[in-house]
Order: sequence, then C-alpha cells, then structure tokens
Amino acid sequence: MSLTPDEVRHIARLARLGITEEDVERFSGQLSSILDYFEELQQLDTDDVPPTAYTLDLHNVMRSDETAPCTDPDDVLANAPAQENGYFRVRAVLEE
Amino acid sequence: MSDDVLRMTMHEAAGLLREGKVSSVELTQAAFDRIRAVDERLNAFITESEEVARAQAARADEMIAAGHENPLTGVPAAIKDAIVTKGVRTTAGSHILEPFMPVYDANVITLLNEAGFVMVGKTNMDEFAMGSSGENSAYGPTHNPWALDRVPGGSSAGSAAAVASGMAYWALGSDTGGSVRQPGALSGVVGLKPTYGRVSRFGLIAFGSTLDQIGTLTRSVRDSATVLQAIAGHDQRDSTSAPVEVPDYGATIDKGVKGLRVGVPREYFIEGMDGDVREAVEKAIAQLESLGAEIDTDVSLPSTGHAVSVYYIIAPSEASANLARYDGVKYGFSYDEGGSMWADMEGTRQRGFGEEVKRRIMIGTYALSSGYYDAYYLKAQKVRTLIRREFDAAFEKHDVLVAPVSPTPAFKIGEKIGDPLQMYLNDVCTIPVSIAGLPGISVPCGFATADDGARLPIGLQIIARPFDEATMFQAAHAYEQSTAWHDEFPPL
Repeated sequence: MSLTPDEVRHIARLARLGITEEDVERFSGQLSSILDYFEELQQLDTDDVPPTAYTLDLHNVMRSDETAPCTDPDDVLANAPAQENGYFRVRAVLEE
Repeated sequence: MSDDVLRMTMHEAAGLLREGKVSSVELTQAAFDRIRAVDERLNAFITESEEVARAQAARADEMIAAGHENPLTGVPAAIKDAIVTKGVRTTAGSHILEPFMPVYDANVITLLNEAGFVMVGKTNMDEFAMGSSGENSAYGPTHNPWALDRVPGGSSAGSAAAVASGMAYWALGSDTGGSVRQPGALSGVVGLKPTYGRVSRFGLIAFGSTLDQIGTLTRSVRDSATVLQAIAGHDQRDSTSAPVEVPDYGATIDKGVKGLRVGVPREYFIEGMDGDVREAVEKAIAQLESLGAEIDTDVSLPSTGHAVSVYYIIAPSEASANLARYDGVKYGFSYDEGGSMWADMEGTRQRGFGEEVKRRIMIGTYALSSGYYDAYYLKAQKVRTLIRREFDAAFEKHDVLVAPVSPTPAFKIGEKIGDPLQMYLNDVCTIPVSIAGLPGISVPCGFATADDGARLPIGLQIIARPFDEATMFQAAHAYEQSTAWHDEFPPL
C-alpha cells in the first residue's frame, strides 16, 4: 500500500487540514508504512465475526426529560475568536 | 518542611492533616516549593493554579477542623490538561487550545471539589493524548524524574512525573491505549485505567471516544482505590458512563491473594522485550505465587499481536471525527489571514495542530473514507470482537491476568520520535486492555539498568474483568505491600 502525493493531498483536503509540500512528502512515506503494517489484519478470517463498536452493553440511553438551566449564552461565546451581536462571527461561506 | 513529607502517600499525608500535625495550606505551600525546585528540569506542568490551590487549601482546612474530611481533603493533586477545569486554562497539550478557558468543570472535577481536593496545576501531555512519550506536547517534552534525558512515558507524562517527583501526591490522567499505565510504569508510580464506562468522560477532551477513560497516578494502590472511589459512578451527562454500582474498594483491598487464580498470557512476553523487564515481571509473578496465588502460565490470547493495528485504526478514526470541532470559530486559536472561509479553517488546523495529531487525523480520515471503510475500520472492529472474546474466555478460568506494561523501560528523548510506527509498536502490552474496555493497573515491580547506567523503573500490569477493579486492587495491593519498590524516590 503506497500513498501517492496526490492521495495525501486529497486526504488532507477531506480533513480540512492545510499541509505543506514538505508534509506531503513526509506523510506519504510514513502513512504508507503504517498502512502496510495494517495489512497484517487481512490474514484473519472475520467473515462470521460481528463488529464491536464499543464494549458496553448499553443501547439507546435515555435521560429523563426535565427542564434545567442551560449554559449562559455569554459563557458559550466566552472563548469565541470573533463574535457579533451574541453570535459566533464566521467568514462568508459563499464567496462573491 | 522536610522531604519526608513530599515522599508520603496521599493516605499518609491525609493522616497528618487529620491529626493536626500539618495544615493543607502548609502542605500546598510545600508542593509549590517543590514545583519551584524541580519543575524547571521536568516540565511536568503547563499551567500552575496557585491562587485556586490556596483557596481550596484554606477551605480544606475548614472541612478538616469541622470533621468533614475524607482522605482526599486538602492533599495537593495535579490534573492532566485534557480534563476541563472552570476558570483554569486547559490546553490538551495543543497550540490550538492555547487560549482556551473552560466555562464548566469536568464531572470528575465537580466530584473532587466536593471532596475538598486541592489542585496545584494542569499537567503536560502529548497533544490531545496522542503519544507514548510526552514528546508530542506543544509545550515541550516532560522529562523522566529518574533520568532527565529520558521520557516519563505518555501521554499522561506530566501527571506521572509530578507524582513520582513529589510535586503532587496524586494526579488524574487519561488512558486511551495505555496513557496512564505506561507512564506509571516508566516513572515508577501506580497507574490505574478503570473499566470503560466506570468514570464519566464529561469534560474529558475527546480523543478516541470508545477507548478514552480517566485514570489515576498515585504512590500506592490504596491511594488509587480511594481516588477511584471518589470519581467513579454513573453520570447522566455521559451516555457511555455505566449505571453499575461502585463497590467499597477499601472493604476488600486487604483480602490478599490466597487462592486467587492468576493467568499469565504468553503473548505479552514478546521477542525483543528488555531482559531486565522480563526478569522483574517473572519475579513479581513468583512473588504472587509465594503469597498464595495460583499461577497458570498456560494462557493464550492469540489475537494480542493484532491489537496494535486495531488500535491505530480505531483510535485515529475516532480522533479524526472528534477533532473536526477545532475549526477556529467557536474557541481556541484562529487563523484569519487565509482570504476565505476554507483557507482560514485549513490554516487554523495547519498552524494549531502538531505533527502527530495531523498524522493521526490523516490515518483516520483515510480509514473512514469511501472505499476503504470495510478494509480498515470495519475489519478493525471485527478483530476488536475477537480480542474481547479471548479475554472473556480467559476470565472464565482466571480472576486476574498479569503481564508487563511496556516491553522496555524509559527510552531517551528523541530516540523514537522520528519513526511513528516504532513508537506505536511500543504500546503492544497496554493496547489490548483498552480495546476490550477492561480495567488495568500498573504497579512498580523493579528497576532496569540501562546501557548508560541509568536506573529505570519497571511496571507490572494486572488486568481484571469488566467492573471488577476490586479484585484488581486486592492483587495489586498484596503484591505492592510485600515489596519495597514503591518506597523508592528519584534522586533529583
């Protein structure tokens, strides 16, 4: 399994991760050897084995539907890099 | 105050407080004096919380005077910087959270505040708990108190180093693939990972949500049991916290190991394991036998060798989803010179995340991407089932399993950082327990002598059935009390 520089750029794009050309080169080598290592799993026959998503036998966990105070809006915005009129301020999503 | 006080366990320090021989304010001052004296060399803390600690200590002294104390009251502790603390900066070891000031407490912090604990600071860690050495911190590596040119283990690096060096009597860490047990072993303290679901993850900054669990670093097994007692239990705010009763660990910890069925899985004694580690773990097993345990060395967990692959698919996959929240909009570092929304977001993540975090986001994104999901993520989940089944079968015949924690003692800072796969392979003995969601504890069991003459701690791992921490503590405490390893203190 060998990742090409284009594949590395594509994955970074999917993850919205800016990377440099130096990163692309280093990551394609490192990620390829890690993915090669994972190949060893293919030798195991797991056709009849169900997947384990997590280890607890808990499903559809519900809590009682009671009203309670919510987080103060000022607290919610306290760490915002930019805010305006009680909202998070973001850059325009649709470019002109 | 003499160094003897710094070397005490939490229970011993609590005894002094209860008897009025020392106040929490004095004990807290001694902890900060110690931090001033040694942390420049160790770099165990990212943020010290002296003002908060002094107020907590004063309140603890009032609780003690009123007779409302418990063993945690007034004894200085440290908290891994992955656990959010209201009003005390929390970074998760990442540049992307450098300015982050939590507006609420993690559930464990709420519980500890009720118990009257004193928090001296937030400890250094591999960024977002991704690492086994402490070297992946945006705030510089933590150094091992036993040998300053070596790693203390990771990712709860600062918590382990702080407890080992007398800067805090105990600490919280978090364990996703060994991040409490392994630094416990490499730094010579007790490291506990409870059963997945035992402790609420509310307020633990997420890495791998089906694996993460808050754990403890302490100077004794009894301290570990006492802290778990304080933080365990169901919490409505974490839907994966289990509605399972928490037994009184103190009631059974002294029961000893007579007749206890101890299994030794052979796959954990891997080729290439350090000779001193093998010898120390074998001696510890013989010690358990001499204490009356029934040792069975004919135990096999055949899928153990696949655990590293399973873990390094599942944990990065979950991480790639969890870390999508760091977009520079809601909190944390934000880059705003990209010229467009997407360029700002990509720029924020490029500059905010360190190399190992980027690497894992890339692995996880790839493993979950269309066309590769079945071959990686689904396959890993199926092998996860095999690993858990093998443990379940072993626990039909055995009460606990014992194994090494790490195949080697502490390695040198910089020794493995250039080869991520080699670093991952070092987690081989702790990862299976995480994948299966079991409780595990690391107890000091000897020292290795390195080529350069350094004397380095070794840990024994004891693994138990889900939610059976009580039996695990019983075995760990019996072993610990029959040896003197826990009395050793690093020469700093």
